[in-house]
Amino acid sequence: MTTTRTGYKWVGTRPVRHDGLDKVTGRARFGADYATAGMLHGVVLRSPHPHAHIVAIDFSDALAVPGVKAIITGADLPDLSDEFGTGSEGGINFRDLSRNILARDKVLYEGHPVAAVAAVTLRIAQQAAEMIEVEYEVLPAVLSMEHAMEDDAPVLHDDLYTLGLDSPPERPSNISRRRVIARGDLDAGWEEADVVVEREYTTKAVHQGYIEPHAVVAETGEDGRSTLWCSSQGHFAMRTYTTKVLGWEPGDMKVIPAEIGGGFGGKTTIYLEPLAALLSRRAGRAVKMVMTRSEVFRATGPTSGSVMRIKMGARRDGKLVAAIAWMAYEAGAFPGSPIGPGVMTVLAPYDIPNVLIEGFDVVLNKPKVAAYRAPGAPMAAFAAESVVDELAEKLGMDPIELRIRNAVTEGVRAVYGPKYRKIGFVETLEEARDHPHYSAPLGPWQGRGVASGYWFNFGGETTATVSINEDGTAVVMSGCPDIGGTRAALAQMAAEELGIDVHRIEPVVADTHSIGYNDMTGGSRVAFAVGIAVVDASRQLIEDMCSRAALIWDVPREEVEWVDGRAQSVTGAAAPLTLEELASGSANTGGPLSATVTVNPRGAGAGFSTQICDVEVDPDTGLVTVLRYTVVQDAGRAIHPDYVEGQMQGGAVQGIGWALNEEYIFDRDGVMENPGFLDYRMPVASDLPMIDTVIVEVPNPDHPYGVRGVGETGIIPPMAAVANAVYAATGKRMQDLPMSPVRVLEALSGD
Amino acid sequence: MELLSANPGAAVFAGATDLIPQIQGGRPEPSLVVDLKRIPETSRIEAHNGVWRVGAAIPAAVLTAHAGLSTTFPGLVEAAGLIGSDQIQGRATLGGNLCNASPAADSVPPLVALGADAIIVGPGGERSAPVSEVVIGPGATSLDQAEFITGFRIPSPSQGSSDAYERFIPRTEMDIAVVGSAARIRVDGDGRCEEASVVLAAVAPTVVEVGAASGILAGRVIPTDSARDPFWDELGEAVVSCCNPIDDKRGTAEFRRRVAQVLARRTVVTAARRARETL
Repeated sequence: MTTTRTGYKWVGTRPVRHDGLDKVTGRARFGADYATAGMLHGVVLRSPHPHAHIVAIDFSDALAVPGVKAIITGADLPDLSDEFGTGSEGGINFRDLSRNILARDKVLYEGHPVAAVAAVTLRIAQQAAEMIEVEYEVLPAVLSMEHAMEDDAPVLHDDLYTLGLDSPPERPSNISRRRVIARGDLDAGWEEADVVVEREYTTKAVHQGYIEPHAVVAETGEDGRSTLWCSSQGHFAMRTYTTKVLGWEPGDMKVIPAEIGGGFGGKTTIYLEPLAALLSRRAGRAVKMVMTRSEVFRATGPTSGSVMRIKMGARRDGKLVAAIAWMAYEAGAFPGSPIGPGVMTVLAPYDIPNVLIEGFDVVLNKPKVAAYRAPGAPMAAFAAESVVDELAEKLGMDPIELRIRNAVTEGVRAVYGPKYRKIGFVETLEEARDHPHYSAPLGPWQGRGVASGYWFNFGGETTATVSINEDGTAVVMSGCPDIGGTRAALAQMAAEELGIDVHRIEPVVADTHSIGYNDMTGGSRVAFAVGIAVVDASRQLIEDMCSRAALIWDVPREEVEWVDGRAQSVTGAAAPLTLEELASGSANTGGPLSATVTVNPRGAGAGFSTQICDVEVDPDTGLVTVLRYTVVQDAGRAIHPDYVEGQMQGGAVQGIGWALNEEYIFDRDGVMENPGFLDYRMPVASDLPMIDTVIVEVPNPDHPYGVRGVGETGIIPPMAAVANAVYAATGKRMQDLPMSPVRVLEALSGD
Repeated sequence: MELLSANPGAAVFAGATDLIPQIQGGRPEPSLVVDLKRIPETSRIEAHNGVWRVGAAIPAAVLTAHAGLSTTFPGLVEAAGLIGSDQIQGRATLGGNLCNASPAADSVPPLVALGADAIIVGPGGERSAPVSEVVIGPGATSLDQAEFITGFRIPSPSQGSSDAYERFIPRTEMDIAVVGSAARIRVDGDGRCEEASVVLAAVAPTVVEVGAASGILAGRVIPTDSARDPFWDELGEAVVSCCNPIDDKRGTAEFRRRVAQVLARRTVVTAARRARETL
């Protein structure tokens, strides 16, 4: 059998990706590329108010418009009670999900769907939607966390009582949950501290900014069976969620995954899918729905804005001895911000004996947040890593050295509970310290910052099938949409095992009726969890093929070994049998060659990243330009280094955007003012230098090749790295994101 | 023109880089759209007797690739090269940029600084008006419904004269000016400023000319960098007195006032350097 090897033929190489040609030639089909004959077009009517009672909806005139085939409102969805499902990024309440998809009784943010219309053309559907008369009783809106948390603030949900308080609340509030993590003796910790830093930080809601807007085509037959074509991070979850919201049976719905044009966590939930499926059911024809960019911004999940107060103390020798973190995250219109991972990750990189972390999940009249790449961790790291930088300065210690002295290592108990297994945090710090970037000279108004970040990574329920075709080529089938090059990585692992060329393997993302259940592509899980299943399936196939060779040669199984894609006799008694020969003759040796493996693996290796950022600040305008940027990250083992580097770079770029210019801007009435890429200022290519990468490989012992998830960790350090660099350049600590020119210039003129 | 006269809700367009997003963004749809690109006068670039005539419907990408224009009006051409992105510049035009009547239009300040006239045609024939008089407020022009601009007359700069444009955006492209500044400077043989024009964008309902600039700068030797010099403060005060900015999603009024001073200084320095190089 295959044993552990150090030299790999395919793992760690950079083959052309299998889906590359389709993508560069435009042949790849994304969500909005699907069409069926005679399909209808659906649109959503959205609330103009951030907070209002729906008194009445009259769509009789709209329904009478020629060409309009169906109109639905919240009354057409079953009124669900609280029921929680799991997603790869945390729990989901189907009652809230339903009410976010179509408002019932109340609208809770500007852009909240109120009705959906299907018509023979998009234009007719839009015109009909404008004819729907909705009578609102406008309510005072809650637009800031400070306001939302006040005792006398208007309450969004009169049945929402704060969970996790010391005594049960008597009145409903906008705080859905309090999370607390505590250990040690804080008083003793502060006593021991020689230096203490305490600061408050704020961040704004930011969007994942995927290029592809949400899109779906749904076709529901008279028998109630339906098919959905959509782009998502998990078509099994799309099926579960959609049928749950509609009160349908999951087995009656087939979801066919499209290529996905970016998700970053934002496509782990549903918006249009139940609307299209139900409109199709009512109209008896397929219905296509595609969001505009404005709808994507106004009504799909950004991640939370936040307010955080951090206090940390260190001894003169650099040992961190005490920390308090108070954190409040915006959930949007319904409970469910990533405050959980926020409180778990905020201090996770450091071994601090005395800790109190308190987090709050706060609802307000803004769109419901959705997962965004390492949900909850980046803003927490912005606060904590800024404080660490300030402590290093006060101690007169190099900031990387301070981190090394406090870094968690294997066997240390994480602040949120478990002990770390094998991790590579210290290695990322040492690589950063020794990198030429860290000692390169800087000019006037230039500064350098560093910051680190931690992410759990995830395993999850997984099915994979590996099949051999009669020509000796193979199909690797999974049920996880490929958002980061995972098809190539899975094919490489199968190629390494089977001993065949990676391009003789076709990696496929199969629909819900073609493969067993898979959790979503999230939590940086696919190369890890699906990788385990693919390697196991490949090894089962090799075992099967060796047995068949033994049968053909009439020798004991032990006399057959698998070498370079061939069954070989250890005694040399017979000529080797190739994969092609075994496959083409499989009818005589027991039938087709195929193996399916299901796993729910634990041991997703934790990810750490340390990043170095150089900026130049224009003192006249406050403009911050990133001059040089290096991402050091532990990948465990990089299966396809291009895509590992791509994830590291992509995470850094999104984090830099979050740091410098991205923000949701609302007017006084709670209407988003910048729902487009012109004024929602994501970085463009020319804004940034080449992002340098250093892949650290501390293999994860719980994966056959040592893989750790790499997709999310890279977005965690950038905001603090940029802020620390701005401080080094200007002497000003930026505690509020984004560090836009307006804010930086204000800070510079504060002297 | 007959179409425009007969359809009060009609809109003219050239590149349509503003019109199409406005329609998609929910503004009332025009009853008719009239494309000017195929009218020959709107697409010519000519120079006669010291006056350039630049068609109103020429894409910015053609202007930036035009060697004669680039050496004669470097500020105007650099403004055209900042509009939107490479793709947008394949469509966007000077006429459209002006008639969209945004106070943040990049190509308008240099046209005003250069003393350009708009050539306007309508049912009554051809007339011309200073570019500074075409826009009367955000989204509003002084043109009649049936009038449109076919081109611009721009006087050739005299020897010792040149221009510059700079804008501030938080990114490097794909954005709209938070503040813009154009400067045209004429220097004498000793490099002393003889005459100056400074025109600002995005700090008032329309672009504004800093009327006092010429008086402040005349007789000065403009330094080659923006090192501190008392007359910069004087220019800064003149700039601020012309600004009537707003707080909006792109920047605060205070930020605009401060950065307008910075850009005015920087464009004066660049225009003066270019002007000296012509001698």
